[in-house]
Amino acid sequence: MTQIEVTVNGAAQQIDVEPRLLLVHLIREDLQLTGTHIGCDTTHCGACTVLLDGVPVKSCTVFAVQANGSEVTTVEGLEQDGALHPVQQGFTEEHGLQCGFCTPGMMLTSVALLEQNQDPSEDEVRQAISGNLCRCTGYVNIVKSVQHAGRVIREG
Amino acid sequence: MIPGQFEYHAPSTLDEALALLAEHGSDARVLAGGQSLIPLMKLRLASPAVLVDLNGVDSLSGIEESDGQLRIGAMTRHSALERSELIASRYPLIADAAAVIADPLVRNRGTTGGSLAHADPAGDLGSVMTALGAEVGVAGPGGARTLSIDELLLGPFMTTLDEGEILTEVRVPQPEAGSGGAYEKLERKVGDFATAAVAVQITRANGSCSAAGIGLTAVGPTTIRASEAEDALTGSSLDDDALRAAADLAAAASDPAADLRGSEEYKRDMVRVLTLRALRRAVERAGG
Ligand SMILES: Cc1cc2nc3c(=O)[nH]c(=O)nc-3n(C[C@H](O)[C@H](O)[C@H](O)COP(=O)(O)OP(=O)(O)OC[C@H]3O[C@@H](n4cnc5c(N)ncnc54)[C@H](O)[C@@H]3O)c2cc1C
Ligand code: FES
Ligand code: FES
Repeated sequence: MTQIEVTVNGAAQQIDVEPRLLLVHLIREDLQLTGTHIGCDTTHCGACTVLLDGVPVKSCTVFAVQANGSEVTTVEGLEQDGALHPVQQGFTEEHGLQCGFCTPGMMLTSVALLEQNQDPSEDEVRQAISGNLCRCTGYVNIVKSVQHAGRVIREG
Repeated sequence: MIPGQFEYHAPSTLDEALALLAEHGSDARVLAGGQSLIPLMKLRLASPAVLVDLNGVDSLSGIEESDGQLRIGAMTRHSALERSELIASRYPLIADAAAVIADPLVRNRGTTGGSLAHADPAGDLGSVMTALGAEVGVAGPGGARTLSIDELLLGPFMTTLDEGEILTEVRVPQPEAGSGGAYEKLERKVGDFATAAVAVQITRANGSCSAAGIGLTAVGPTTIRASEAEDALTGSSLDDDALRAAADLAAAASDPAADLRGSEEYKRDMVRVLTLRALRRAVERAGG
């Protein structure tokens, strides 16, 4: 076991982990934050996307020990003081989900995109979310949701 | 799926990393972006007993020009290549490829050194660096050495790196005036490995082609240098007939295997089409 210190959704934690523990399993099993999903065994789907020091990554393809000293944001960390994050508002307003399985990953990738670019074109949104697969929506409403979130952020 | 057990080390300097590799010998593997190694470990196709994680070795990342070369640190992420203004302005071939390696999430972790050391014949950077005539810097128990990209890439998932060695950087000759390059990749869907892809880099001097590099992705057991096509272009006027002749020679140099992505004939013909497209774009970018 190795002790790591990782800040998850703003709260610093000290946790003992086996080196082979994947970050997604730390999040879902040890921390019981089950909003982060597992949709494949092959690093293809993006359902497990979290922000690692602000950068969206597939948490099924990072070891938990590698997050030592880092900040991790999961979907549970988006809401602040009872207020939904603009990206969550966008997905609600524009019906950006059906079954919801891809949604946490989609939203975290979108949060990172909007940090860089608050007014992304449809093309830019599609490029950014191209590592997150959705089997339900056909992506049209997801694009609208992200653009809606951009408007909410721009209008403050 | 859960990887097998291993002992984990996170050195912060290259020397520490080399010492760990020396200590653990053939039990040890280097961990870079993990975007090839971790999936293999999850499937238990790889079960290293010791992992030496290079993510904390800051000196291995970076993109800079010095001494007539572009130097890309081994731990430079694909996304850093994609966003680099230096790459975008002077190395269009690398910029083209960086934007189509895997998907944006994989690009946020995957590295240049990891890609080359992994030596996947379907890896995009192998053919890019082949076309550019790059060399790699290697550090190991016997000191530092330099290998040309052709010397490095030995076969499918095989390189000439010895046990205990770390690929530290890739060095690309700075483009001369009148140079241009392009990458053309055919993929079934965004994020997929290539069905076929072609990297080209040409230099034009006094109206004729003074240098040409052509690398082929995913159409053979390893990255392929289309040498006959390169030779045919060199000295030519780079008119459309010359480009077509080179595209035919590139297709002839390919050695594809039939799989879910297509038949041998299809892939070979795609090499021809992609080579022609890449050459036309490279010539346009080379200007005049
Ligand atoms: C879904 C998916 C799609 C992908 N699609 C593509 C694609 O279209 N094109 C493409 O090119 N790649 C693709 N990849 C692979 C990706 O680019 C990997 O990042 C890359 O092949 C390996 O780089 P890495 O840094 O992740 O290396 P790792 O996975 O960490 O390591 C790979 C191997 O190289 C060794 N190694 C790593 N760094 C060094 C070093 N500095 N010195 C010595 N040995 C080293 C490791 O020990 C290991 O054996 C894809 C991956 C995934 C998961
Ligand atoms: S679970 Fe599918 S990419 Fe991580
Ligand atoms: S909403 Fe069902 S997978 Fe995207």
